[in-house]
Amino acid sequence: MPNSAPTPAPQAVSLWRRFSNQGATVFAVLAAILVLVPLLAIFVYLVIKGVGSINLAFLTNTPKPPGEAGGGMANGIVGTGLILAVASVIGLPLGIGSGIYLAEYGRNRFGDLIRFTADVLNGVPSIVIGIAAYSLVVVPQKHFSAFSGGVALGIMMIPTIARATEEMLLMVPNVVREAAYGLGIPKWRTTLSISLRTASAGVITGCMLAFARVAGETAPLLFTAFGNQFWNLKLNQPTAALSLQVFTYAISPYDDWHKQAWAGALILILLIVGAVAAVRITTSRGMLKGGA
Amino acid sequence: MGVGIEVRGLNAWYGKNLSLKAIDMTVLANHVTAVIGPSGCGKSTFVRCLNRMHETIPEARAEGSVKIGEMDVYGSGSDPVEVRRRIGMVFQKPNPFPTMSIYGNVAAGLKLNGFRNRKQMDELVERSLKLAALWEEVKDNLHKKSGASLSGGQQQRLCIARALAVEPEVLLMDEPASALDPISTSKIEELIFQLKQHYTVVIVTHNMQQAARVAEFTGFFLMGSLIEYDKTEKIFTTPADKRTEDYITGRFG
Repeated sequence: MPNSAPTPAPQAVSLWRRFSNQGATVFAVLAAILVLVPLLAIFVYLVIKGVGSINLAFLTNTPKPPGEAGGGMANGIVGTGLILAVASVIGLPLGIGSGIYLAEYGRNRFGDLIRFTADVLNGVPSIVIGIAAYSLVVVPQKHFSAFSGGVALGIMMIPTIARATEEMLLMVPNVVREAAYGLGIPKWRTTLSISLRTASAGVITGCMLAFARVAGETAPLLFTAFGNQFWNLKLNQPTAALSLQVFTYAISPYDDWHKQAWAGALILILLIVGAVAAVRITTSRGMLKGGA
Repeated sequence: MGVGIEVRGLNAWYGKNLSLKAIDMTVLANHVTAVIGPSGCGKSTFVRCLNRMHETIPEARAEGSVKIGEMDVYGSGSDPVEVRRRIGMVFQKPNPFPTMSIYGNVAAGLKLNGFRNRKQMDELVERSLKLAALWEEVKDNLHKKSGASLSGGQQQRLCIARALAVEPEVLLMDEPASALDPISTSKIEELIFQLKQHYTVVIVTHNMQQAARVAEFTGFFLMGSLIEYDKTEKIFTTPADKRTEDYITGRFG
Protein backbone atom coordinates (compact mmCIF):
# COMPACT_ATOMS: atom_id res chain seq x y z
CA MET A 1 0.00 0.00 0.00
CA PRO A 2 2.30 2.77 -1.18
CA ASN A 3 -0.20 5.61 -0.74
CA SER A 4 -1.58 4.82 2.67
CA ALA A 5 -0.36 6.39 5.85
CA PRO A 6 1.85 4.11 7.90
CA THR A 7 -0.27 2.05 10.25
CA PRO A 8 1.01 1.48 13.76
CA ALA A 9 2.31 -2.00 14.40
CA PRO A 10 -0.38 -4.30 15.92
CA GLN A 11 1.52 -4.46 19.17
CA ALA A 12 1.17 -0.69 19.52
CA VAL A 13 -2.58 -1.02 20.10
CA SER A 14 -2.97 -2.00 23.69
CA LEU A 15 -4.69 -5.24 24.53
CA TRP A 16 -7.31 -3.37 26.54
CA ARG A 17 -8.18 -1.12 23.62
CA ARG A 18 -8.68 -4.06 21.28
CA PHE A 19 -10.67 -5.94 23.89
CA SER A 20 -12.97 -2.99 24.65
CA ASN A 21 -13.45 -2.23 20.96
CA GLN A 22 -14.53 -5.78 20.17
CA GLY A 23 -16.56 -5.98 23.35
CA ALA A 24 -18.53 -2.87 22.41
CA THR A 25 -19.18 -4.20 18.90
CA VAL A 26 -20.40 -7.55 20.22
CA PHE A 27 -22.63 -5.78 22.73
CA ALA A 28 -24.17 -3.58 20.02
CA VAL A 29 -24.89 -6.57 17.76
CA LEU A 30 -26.39 -8.55 20.65
CA ALA A 31 -28.59 -5.60 21.62
CA ALA A 32 -29.85 -5.30 18.03
CA ILE A 33 -30.66 -9.02 17.92
CA LEU A 34 -32.38 -8.85 21.32
CA VAL A 35 -34.60 -6.08 20.01
CA LEU A 36 -35.54 -8.06 16.91
CA VAL A 37 -36.20 -11.39 18.68
CA PRO A 38 -39.44 -10.49 20.49
CA LEU A 39 -40.73 -8.67 17.42
CA LEU A 40 -40.09 -11.61 15.12
CA ALA A 41 -41.28 -14.12 17.73
CA ILE A 42 -44.61 -12.31 18.10
CA PHE A 43 -45.07 -12.02 14.37
CA VAL A 44 -44.17 -15.65 13.62
CA TYR A 45 -46.40 -16.89 16.44
CA LEU A 46 -49.26 -14.74 15.16
CA VAL A 47 -48.84 -16.12 11.65
CA ILE A 48 -48.77 -19.72 12.91
CA LYS A 49 -51.84 -19.28 15.09
CA GLY A 50 -53.81 -16.94 12.91
CA VAL A 51 -53.16 -17.68 9.27
CA GLY A 52 -55.31 -20.86 9.31
CA SER A 53 -58.45 -18.90 10.19
CA ILE A 54 -58.03 -16.21 7.57
CA ASN A 55 -60.25 -16.84 4.57
CA LEU A 56 -62.65 -14.92 2.40
CA ALA A 57 -65.49 -15.37 4.88
CA PHE A 58 -63.38 -13.96 7.69
CA LEU A 59 -62.59 -10.91 5.64
CA THR A 60 -66.12 -10.31 4.31
CA ASN A 61 -68.59 -11.50 7.00
CA THR A 62 -69.75 -9.99 10.26
CA PRO A 63 -69.48 -12.04 13.49
CA LYS A 64 -71.91 -14.95 14.03
CA PRO A 65 -73.82 -15.27 17.33
CA PRO A 66 -71.94 -17.16 20.09
CA GLY A 67 -71.80 -20.91 19.49
CA GLU A 68 -72.34 -20.70 15.75
CA ALA A 69 -69.26 -21.52 13.68
CA GLY A 70 -67.93 -19.19 10.98
CA GLY A 71 -68.42 -15.47 10.69
CA GLY A 72 -65.71 -12.87 10.33
CA MET A 73 -64.42 -9.48 11.28
CA ALA A 74 -65.16 -7.45 8.16
CA ASN A 75 -67.03 -4.86 10.20
CA GLY A 76 -64.10 -4.66 12.63
CA ILE A 77 -61.64 -4.03 9.80
CA VAL A 78 -63.79 -1.27 8.38
CA GLY A 79 -64.54 0.09 11.88
CA THR A 80 -60.83 0.31 12.71
CA GLY A 81 -60.28 2.17 9.45
CA LEU A 82 -63.14 4.55 10.27
CA ILE A 83 -61.88 5.27 13.78
CA LEU A 84 -58.30 5.75 12.59
CA ALA A 85 -59.47 8.13 9.87
CA VAL A 86 -61.19 10.28 12.51
CA ALA A 87 -58.13 10.03 14.77
CA SER A 88 -55.83 11.13 11.93
CA VAL A 89 -58.08 14.04 10.96
CA ILE A 90 -57.83 15.24 14.57
CA GLY A 91 -54.30 14.18 15.49
CA LEU A 92 -52.28 15.09 12.37
CA PRO A 93 -53.19 18.78 11.95
CA LEU A 94 -53.22 19.49 15.70
CA GLY A 95 -49.99 17.59 16.29
CA ILE A 96 -48.10 19.07 13.34
CA GLY A 97 -49.57 22.52 14.03
CA SER A 98 -48.48 22.55 17.65
CA GLY A 99 -45.09 21.16 16.66
CA ILE A 100 -44.67 24.07 14.25
CA TYR A 101 -45.66 26.51 16.98
CA LEU A 102 -43.18 25.00 19.45
CA ALA A 103 -40.28 25.06 17.01
CA GLU A 104 -40.82 28.39 15.26
CA TYR A 105 -42.57 30.56 17.86
CA GLY A 106 -42.49 28.68 21.16
CA ARG A 107 -39.16 29.77 22.66
CA ASN A 108 -40.98 31.20 25.70
CA ARG A 109 -42.78 30.26 28.92
CA PHE A 110 -45.99 29.37 27.10
CA GLY A 111 -44.03 27.07 24.79
CA ASP A 112 -42.39 25.39 27.79
CA LEU A 113 -45.83 24.84 29.30
CA ILE A 114 -47.08 23.18 26.11
CA ARG A 115 -43.94 21.06 25.88
CA PHE A 116 -44.37 19.90 29.47
CA THR A 117 -48.08 19.18 28.94
CA ALA A 118 -47.34 17.18 25.80
CA ASP A 119 -44.77 15.06 27.61
CA VAL A 120 -47.19 14.39 30.46
CA LEU A 121 -49.99 13.57 28.03
CA ASN A 122 -47.67 11.08 26.35
CA GLY A 123 -47.35 9.24 29.65
CA VAL A 124 -51.04 9.18 30.56
CA PRO A 125 -52.41 5.60 30.48
CA SER A 126 -54.53 5.10 27.39
CA ILE A 127 -57.57 4.04 29.40
CA VAL A 128 -57.55 7.44 31.09
CA ILE A 129 -57.64 9.10 27.66
CA GLY A 130 -60.62 6.82 26.93
CA ILE A 131 -62.39 8.10 30.05
CA ALA A 132 -61.70 11.67 28.98
CA ALA A 133 -63.21 11.03 25.53
CA TYR A 134 -66.12 9.25 27.24
CA SER A 135 -66.96 12.24 29.40
CA LEU A 136 -66.27 14.82 26.66
CA VAL A 137 -68.09 13.14 23.77
CA VAL A 138 -70.05 10.04 24.79
CA VAL A 139 -71.83 11.51 27.81
CA PRO A 140 -73.08 14.69 26.06
CA GLN A 141 -74.11 12.63 23.01
CA LYS A 142 -75.68 9.99 25.24
CA HIS A 143 -74.41 7.10 23.10
CA PHE A 144 -71.19 5.38 22.09
CA SER A 145 -69.79 6.27 18.68
CA ALA A 146 -66.97 5.79 16.19
CA PHE A 147 -66.37 9.52 16.48
CA SER A 148 -65.67 9.35 20.22
CA GLY A 149 -63.20 6.50 19.63
CA GLY A 150 -61.47 8.60 17.00
CA VAL A 151 -61.31 11.52 19.44
CA ALA A 152 -59.63 9.33 22.07
CA LEU A 153 -57.03 7.99 19.62
CA GLY A 154 -56.55 11.42 18.03
CA ILE A 155 -55.73 12.94 21.42
CA MET A 156 -53.19 10.17 21.96
CA MET A 157 -51.51 10.96 18.65
CA ILE A 158 -51.05 14.68 19.32
CA PRO A 159 -48.11 14.71 21.79
CA THR A 160 -45.99 12.23 19.81
CA ILE A 161 -46.52 14.10 16.54
CA ALA A 162 -46.04 17.53 18.12
CA ARG A 163 -42.73 16.66 19.76
CA ALA A 164 -41.44 14.82 16.68
CA THR A 165 -42.39 17.76 14.42
CA GLU A 166 -40.71 20.20 16.80
CA GLU A 167 -37.48 18.19 17.00
CA MET A 168 -37.32 17.75 13.22
CA LEU A 169 -37.96 21.45 12.54
CA LEU A 170 -35.26 22.43 15.02
CA MET A 171 -32.83 20.27 13.05
CA VAL A 172 -33.41 22.39 9.92
CA PRO A 173 -30.38 24.69 9.80
CA ASN A 174 -31.15 28.36 10.33
CA VAL A 175 -29.25 29.28 7.15
CA VAL A 176 -32.04 27.57 5.18
CA ARG A 177 -34.64 29.87 6.77
CA GLU A 178 -32.39 32.89 6.17
CA ALA A 179 -32.09 31.94 2.50
CA ALA A 180 -35.88 32.03 2.23
CA TYR A 181 -36.25 35.33 4.11
CA GLY A 182 -33.55 36.78 1.85
CA LEU A 183 -35.72 35.97 -1.16
CA GLY A 184 -38.59 37.95 0.30
CA ILE A 185 -40.61 34.88 1.26
CA PRO A 186 -42.85 35.65 4.27
CA LYS A 187 -42.26 33.75 7.51
CA TRP A 188 -45.44 31.65 7.35
CA ARG A 189 -44.60 30.60 3.80
CA THR A 190 -41.04 29.80 4.78
CA THR A 191 -42.24 27.64 7.66
CA LEU A 192 -44.71 25.65 5.56
CA SER A 193 -42.93 25.41 2.22
CA ILE A 194 -39.27 25.45 3.23
CA SER A 195 -38.73 24.36 6.86
CA LEU A 196 -41.52 21.80 7.07
CA ARG A 197 -40.61 20.44 3.66
CA THR A 198 -36.96 20.10 4.62
CA ALA A 199 -38.01 18.27 7.79
CA SER A 200 -40.74 16.22 6.09
CA ALA A 201 -39.02 12.81 6.25
CA GLY A 202 -38.69 13.03 10.02
CA VAL A 203 -42.15 14.51 10.52
CA ILE A 204 -43.68 11.65 8.51
CA THR A 205 -41.80 9.12 10.64
CA GLY A 206 -43.20 10.77 13.76
CA CYS A 207 -46.73 10.67 12.34
CA MET A 208 -46.38 7.00 11.39
CA LEU A 209 -45.10 6.13 14.87
CA ALA A 210 -48.08 7.86 16.45
CA PHE A 211 -50.48 6.23 13.97
CA ALA A 212 -49.06 2.73 14.48
CA ARG A 213 -49.14 3.16 18.22
CA VAL A 214 -52.83 4.07 18.45
CA ALA A 215 -53.95 1.70 15.68
CA GLY A 216 -53.68 -1.28 18.04
CA GLU A 217 -55.11 0.46 21.12
CA THR A 218 -58.00 -1.32 22.83
CA ALA A 219 -58.50 0.33 26.20
CA PRO A 220 -59.49 3.82 24.96
CA LEU A 221 -62.11 2.26 22.67
CA LEU A 222 -63.84 0.16 25.37
CA PHE A 223 -66.26 2.89 26.35
CA THR A 224 -66.06 5.13 23.32
CA ALA A 225 -66.37 3.15 20.06
CA PHE A 226 -67.72 0.32 22.27
CA GLY A 227 -67.79 -2.38 19.58
CA ASN A 228 -70.61 -3.65 17.40
CA GLN A 229 -71.64 -7.08 16.10
CA PHE A 230 -73.07 -5.55 12.93
CA TRP A 231 -72.05 -3.28 10.11
CA ASN A 232 -71.84 0.37 10.90
CA LEU A 233 -70.51 3.16 8.73
CA LYS A 234 -72.00 6.04 10.70
CA LEU A 235 -69.68 8.17 12.78
CA ASN A 236 -72.25 8.66 15.52
CA GLN A 237 -73.03 4.98 16.08
CA PRO A 238 -71.21 2.34 18.14
CA THR A 239 -68.60 0.75 15.92
CA ALA A 240 -66.65 -2.47 15.82
CA ALA A 241 -62.86 -2.30 15.88
CA LEU A 242 -60.37 -5.08 15.29
CA SER A 243 -58.63 -4.55 18.60
CA LEU A 244 -61.92 -4.65 20.53
CA GLN A 245 -63.06 -7.74 18.66
CA VAL A 246 -59.77 -9.51 19.36
CA PHE A 247 -60.11 -8.61 23.03
CA THR A 248 -63.72 -9.85 23.25
CA TYR A 249 -62.98 -13.08 21.37
CA ALA A 250 -59.79 -13.80 23.29
CA ILE A 251 -61.52 -13.76 26.69
CA SER A 252 -64.51 -15.77 25.43
CA PRO A 253 -64.86 -19.48 26.24
CA TYR A 254 -65.26 -20.58 22.59
CA ASP A 255 -62.44 -22.31 20.78
CA ASP A 256 -63.55 -21.00 17.37
CA TRP A 257 -63.50 -17.42 18.69
CA HIS A 258 -59.99 -17.91 20.05
CA LYS A 259 -58.83 -18.87 16.56
CA GLN A 260 -60.58 -15.86 15.11
CA ALA A 261 -58.93 -13.63 17.71
CA TRP A 262 -55.51 -14.78 16.50
CA ALA A 263 -56.53 -14.13 12.92
CA GLY A 264 -57.85 -10.68 13.86
CA ALA A 265 -54.60 -9.77 15.59
CA LEU A 266 -52.62 -10.88 12.55
CA ILE A 267 -54.83 -8.84 10.20
CA LEU A 268 -54.45 -5.81 12.48
CA ILE A 269 -50.66 -6.02 12.38
CA LEU A 270 -50.64 -6.55 8.62
CA LEU A 271 -52.91 -3.54 8.14
CA ILE A 272 -50.63 -1.33 10.26
CA VAL A 273 -47.50 -2.53 8.45
CA GLY A 274 -49.27 -2.07 5.11
CA ALA A 275 -50.40 1.46 5.94
CA VAL A 276 -46.95 2.51 7.15
CA ALA A 277 -45.28 0.97 4.09
CA ALA A 278 -47.76 2.62 1.73
CA VAL A 279 -47.11 6.05 3.26
CA ARG A 280 -43.36 5.47 3.12
CA ILE A 281 -43.44 4.48 -0.54
CA THR A 282 -45.73 7.30 -1.67
CA THR A 283 -43.82 9.97 0.24
CA SER A 284 -40.36 8.79 -0.78
CA ARG A 285 -41.38 8.78 -4.44
CA GLY A 286 -40.29 11.97 -6.11
CA MET A 287 -38.02 12.90 -3.26
CA LEU A 288 -34.57 13.85 -4.50
CA LYS A 289 -31.58 12.02 -3.21
CA GLY A 290 -28.62 14.24 -2.69
CA GLY A 291 -25.62 14.43 -0.43
CA ALA A 292 -25.96 17.14 2.16
CA MET B 1 -30.74 48.14 -14.02
CA GLY B 2 -29.32 48.58 -10.59
CA VAL B 3 -30.10 51.47 -8.30
CA GLY B 4 -27.93 53.38 -5.86
CA ILE B 5 -27.99 53.10 -2.10
CA GLU B 6 -28.01 56.04 0.34
CA VAL B 7 -27.26 55.26 3.96
CA ARG B 8 -27.61 58.04 6.54
CA GLY B 9 -27.06 57.78 10.29
CA LEU B 10 -27.52 54.02 10.46
CA ASN B 11 -27.21 52.52 13.94
CA ALA B 12 -27.65 48.83 14.72
CA TRP B 13 -27.92 46.99 18.01
CA TYR B 14 -27.69 43.41 19.26
CA GLY B 15 -29.66 43.68 22.49
CA LYS B 16 -28.01 46.62 24.28
CA ASN B 17 -24.82 46.33 22.27
CA LEU B 18 -24.39 49.09 19.70
CA SER B 19 -22.59 47.38 16.83
CA LEU B 20 -22.99 49.92 14.01
CA LYS B 21 -22.38 53.56 14.79
CA ALA B 22 -23.86 56.35 12.66
CA ILE B 23 -22.92 54.97 9.26
CA ASP B 24 -23.16 57.34 6.27
CA MET B 25 -22.43 55.78 2.91
CA THR B 26 -23.46 56.30 -0.70
CA VAL B 27 -23.23 53.30 -2.99
CA LEU B 28 -23.27 54.00 -6.73
CA ALA B 29 -25.63 52.12 -9.01
CA ASN B 30 -24.14 49.43 -11.27
CA HIS B 31 -20.87 49.35 -9.43
CA VAL B 32 -19.29 46.80 -7.13
CA THR B 33 -18.65 48.10 -3.67
CA ALA B 34 -16.59 46.08 -1.20
CA VAL B 35 -16.88 46.24 2.57
CA ILE B 36 -13.73 45.17 4.40
CA GLY B 37 -12.56 45.09 7.98
CA PRO B 38 -11.46 42.72 10.75
CA SER B 39 -13.83 40.12 12.24
CA GLY B 40 -16.55 41.65 14.37
CA CYS B 41 -16.19 45.13 12.86
CA GLY B 42 -19.86 45.20 11.79
CA LYS B 43 -19.45 44.67 8.05
CA SER B 44 -21.91 41.72 7.92
CA THR B 45 -24.29 43.59 10.20
CA PHE B 46 -24.08 46.53 7.81
CA VAL B 47 -25.18 44.61 4.70
CA ARG B 48 -27.82 42.75 6.72
CA CYS B 49 -29.29 46.13 7.67
CA LEU B 50 -29.62 47.09 4.01
CA ASN B 51 -32.31 44.43 3.37
CA ARG B 52 -33.64 44.25 6.93
CA MET B 53 -32.27 40.76 7.56
CA HIS B 54 -30.61 42.10 10.72
CA GLU B 55 -33.92 42.28 12.56
CA THR B 56 -34.68 38.56 12.02
CA ILE B 57 -32.20 37.86 14.83
CA PRO B 58 -33.91 37.99 18.25
CA GLU B 59 -33.34 41.31 20.07
CA ALA B 60 -31.52 42.84 17.11
CA ARG B 61 -32.72 46.21 15.79
CA ALA B 62 -31.59 49.03 13.54
CA GLU B 63 -32.36 52.75 13.19
CA GLY B 64 -31.51 55.34 10.61
CA SER B 65 -32.20 55.98 6.98
CA VAL B 66 -31.50 53.63 4.11
CA LYS B 67 -32.75 54.57 0.65
CA ILE B 68 -32.39 52.06 -2.15
CA GLY B 69 -33.38 53.79 -5.35
CA GLU B 70 -36.74 55.32 -4.51
CA MET B 71 -37.45 52.85 -1.71
CA ASP B 72 -37.20 54.02 1.89
CA VAL B 73 -36.09 50.77 3.58
CA TYR B 74 -36.78 51.92 7.16
CA GLY B 75 -39.72 54.17 6.25
CA SER B 76 -42.91 53.87 8.28
CA GLY B 77 -44.88 52.02 5.59
CA SER B 78 -42.01 49.77 4.56
CA ASP B 79 -42.58 46.00 4.65
CA PRO B 80 -39.39 43.98 5.33
CA VAL B 81 -40.65 41.12 3.13
CA GLU B 82 -41.10 43.51 0.20
CA VAL B 83 -37.67 45.05 0.83
CA ARG B 84 -36.01 41.62 0.71
CA ARG B 85 -37.84 40.79 -2.49
CA ARG B 86 -36.13 43.73 -4.20
CA ILE B 87 -32.69 43.23 -2.66
CA GLY B 88 -31.08 39.87 -3.30
CA MET B 89 -28.72 38.29 -0.79
CA VAL B 90 -26.03 35.64 -1.03
CA PHE B 91 -24.71 34.21 2.21
CA GLN B 92 -21.33 33.10 3.48
CA LYS B 93 -22.07 29.39 3.39
CA PRO B 94 -23.90 28.03 0.34
CA ASN B 95 -27.42 27.32 1.57
CA PRO B 96 -29.51 25.67 -1.15
CA PHE B 97 -32.90 24.28 -0.10
CA PRO B 98 -31.88 20.65 0.49
CA THR B 99 -35.10 18.90 -0.55
CA MET B 100 -35.54 20.85 -3.78
CA SER B 101 -34.19 20.16 -7.24
CA ILE B 102 -31.84 22.59 -8.98
CA TYR B 103 -34.79 24.04 -10.84
CA GLY B 104 -36.85 24.16 -7.64
CA ASN B 105 -34.13 26.09 -5.85
CA VAL B 106 -33.88 28.76 -8.52
CA ALA B 107 -37.65 28.99 -8.91
CA ALA B 108 -38.36 28.98 -5.16
CA GLY B 109 -38.43 32.76 -4.73
CA LEU B 110 -40.86 33.08 -7.65
CA LYS B 111 -43.10 30.13 -6.77
CA LEU B 112 -43.45 30.93 -3.10
CA ASN B 113 -44.32 34.52 -3.92
CA GLY B 114 -47.23 33.37 -6.04
CA PHE B 115 -45.65 33.48 -9.50
CA ARG B 116 -47.57 30.97 -11.65
CA ASN B 117 -46.63 31.46 -15.31
CA ARG B 118 -44.78 28.24 -16.09
CA LYS B 119 -43.21 29.32 -19.37
CA GLN B 120 -41.95 32.61 -17.99
CA MET B 121 -40.61 30.79 -14.97
CA ASP B 122 -38.64 28.39 -17.19
CA GLU B 123 -37.13 31.38 -18.96
CA LEU B 124 -36.25 33.15 -15.72
CA VAL B 125 -34.63 30.02 -14.31
CA GLU B 126 -32.54 29.55 -17.44
CA ARG B 127 -31.56 33.22 -17.58
CA SER B 128 -30.57 33.25 -13.88
CA LEU B 129 -28.53 30.06 -14.17
CA LYS B 130 -26.77 31.49 -17.23
CA LEU B 131 -26.06 34.76 -15.40
CA ALA B 132 -24.62 32.73 -12.53
CA ALA B 133 -22.46 30.76 -15.00
CA LEU B 134 -23.97 27.46 -13.88
CA TRP B 135 -26.32 26.66 -16.78
CA GLU B 136 -23.90 24.57 -18.83
CA GLU B 137 -23.03 22.39 -15.85
CA VAL B 138 -26.58 21.63 -14.71
CA LYS B 139 -28.91 22.00 -17.71
CA ASP B 140 -29.33 18.23 -18.14
CA ASN B 141 -30.18 17.60 -14.49
CA LEU B 142 -32.40 20.55 -13.65
CA HIS B 143 -35.20 18.42 -12.22
CA LYS B 144 -33.33 15.21 -11.47
CA LYS B 145 -30.67 16.44 -9.09
CA SER B 146 -31.08 18.03 -5.69
CA GLY B 147 -29.44 21.39 -5.11
CA ALA B 148 -27.54 19.84 -2.22
CA SER B 149 -25.89 17.28 -4.50
CA LEU B 150 -23.77 19.93 -6.25
CA SER B 151 -20.22 20.81 -5.21
CA GLY B 152 -19.67 23.73 -2.83
CA GLY B 153 -18.71 26.16 -5.59
CA GLN B 154 -21.66 25.11 -7.74
CA GLN B 155 -23.98 25.41 -4.74
CA GLN B 156 -22.86 28.99 -4.21
CA ARG B 157 -23.49 29.83 -7.87
CA LEU B 158 -26.88 28.14 -7.50
CA CYS B 159 -27.59 30.44 -4.55
CA ILE B 160 -26.59 33.42 -6.69
CA ALA B 161 -28.92 32.24 -9.47
CA ARG B 162 -31.69 31.81 -6.89
CA ALA B 163 -31.17 35.38 -5.69
CA LEU B 164 -31.13 36.72 -9.27
CA ALA B 165 -34.30 34.88 -10.32
CA VAL B 166 -36.54 37.22 -8.34
CA GLU B 167 -35.00 40.09 -10.35
CA PRO B 168 -33.65 42.27 -7.55
CA GLU B 169 -32.16 45.71 -8.11
CA VAL B 170 -29.34 45.24 -5.64
CA LEU B 171 -27.33 42.14 -4.79
CA LEU B 172 -25.77 41.84 -1.34
CA MET B 173 -23.03 39.25 -0.90
CA ASP B 174 -21.84 38.35 2.58
CA GLU B 175 -18.40 36.75 2.12
CA PRO B 176 -19.69 34.66 -0.80
CA ALA B 177 -16.39 32.92 -1.50
CA SER B 178 -14.99 32.40 1.99
CA ALA B 179 -16.06 28.74 2.08
CA LEU B 180 -14.78 27.97 -1.43
CA ASP B 181 -11.53 26.78 -3.00
CA PRO B 182 -9.45 29.16 -5.22
CA ILE B 183 -10.93 27.92 -8.51
CA SER B 184 -14.53 28.35 -7.39
CA THR B 185 -13.56 31.67 -5.86
CA SER B 186 -12.20 33.00 -9.13
CA LYS B 187 -15.39 31.86 -10.90
CA ILE B 188 -17.49 33.76 -8.40
CA GLU B 189 -15.29 36.84 -8.76
CA GLU B 190 -15.58 36.75 -12.54
CA LEU B 191 -19.30 36.48 -12.06
CA ILE B 192 -19.45 39.49 -9.75
CA PHE B 193 -17.64 41.47 -12.41
CA GLN B 194 -20.30 40.48 -15.00
CA LEU B 195 -23.19 41.14 -12.65
CA LYS B 196 -22.53 44.83 -12.22
CA GLN B 197 -23.88 45.44 -15.73
CA HIS B 198 -27.33 44.61 -14.40
CA TYR B 199 -27.10 45.08 -10.66
CA THR B 200 -25.60 47.13 -7.91
CA VAL B 201 -23.39 44.76 -5.92
CA VAL B 202 -22.26 45.16 -2.33
CA ILE B 203 -19.81 42.49 -1.23
CA VAL B 204 -18.46 41.82 2.25
CA THR B 205 -15.07 40.20 2.24
CA HIS B 206 -12.28 39.18 4.57
CA ASN B 207 -9.94 38.95 1.67
CA MET B 208 -8.34 42.25 0.70
CA GLN B 209 -7.01 40.96 -2.60
CA GLN B 210 -10.55 39.99 -3.47
CA ALA B 211 -11.78 43.50 -2.73
CA ALA B 212 -8.97 44.90 -4.87
CA ARG B 213 -9.85 42.53 -7.72
CA VAL B 214 -13.62 42.95 -7.92
CA ALA B 215 -14.62 46.28 -6.41
CA GLU B 216 -14.45 49.83 -7.71
CA PHE B 217 -15.22 51.27 -4.28
CA THR B 218 -14.18 49.99 -0.89
CA GLY B 219 -15.33 50.88 2.59
CA PHE B 220 -13.20 50.04 5.62
CA PHE B 221 -15.09 49.25 8.83
CA LEU B 222 -13.57 49.13 12.30
CA MET B 223 -15.41 48.54 15.56
CA GLY B 224 -18.78 49.47 14.11
CA SER B 225 -17.67 52.65 12.37
CA LEU B 226 -17.00 53.38 8.72
CA ILE B 227 -13.41 54.64 8.90
CA GLU B 228 -12.77 55.33 5.26
CA TYR B 229 -14.71 54.98 2.03
CA ASP B 230 -13.22 55.75 -1.35
CA LYS B 231 -12.16 54.35 -4.69
CA THR B 232 -10.62 50.92 -4.16
CA GLU B 233 -7.39 52.05 -5.75
CA LYS B 234 -7.11 54.97 -3.34
CA ILE B 235 -7.86 52.80 -0.28
CA PHE B 236 -5.18 50.30 -1.18
CA THR B 237 -2.48 52.72 -2.33
CA THR B 238 -2.85 56.00 -0.45
CA PRO B 239 -5.36 55.61 2.36
CA ALA B 240 -6.19 58.81 4.19
CA ASP B 241 -6.59 57.25 7.62
CA LYS B 242 -3.75 55.69 9.61
CA ARG B 243 -6.02 52.84 10.78
CA THR B 244 -6.87 51.89 7.20
CA GLU B 245 -3.22 51.80 6.34
CA ASP B 246 -2.42 49.66 9.39
CA TYR B 247 -5.14 47.21 8.42
CA ILE B 248 -4.30 46.84 4.74
CA THR B 249 -0.60 46.52 5.43
CA GLY B 250 -1.40 43.70 7.82
CA ARG B 251 -0.40 45.39 11.05
CA PHE B 252 -3.58 44.12 12.73
CA GLY B 253 -6.83 42.28 11.96
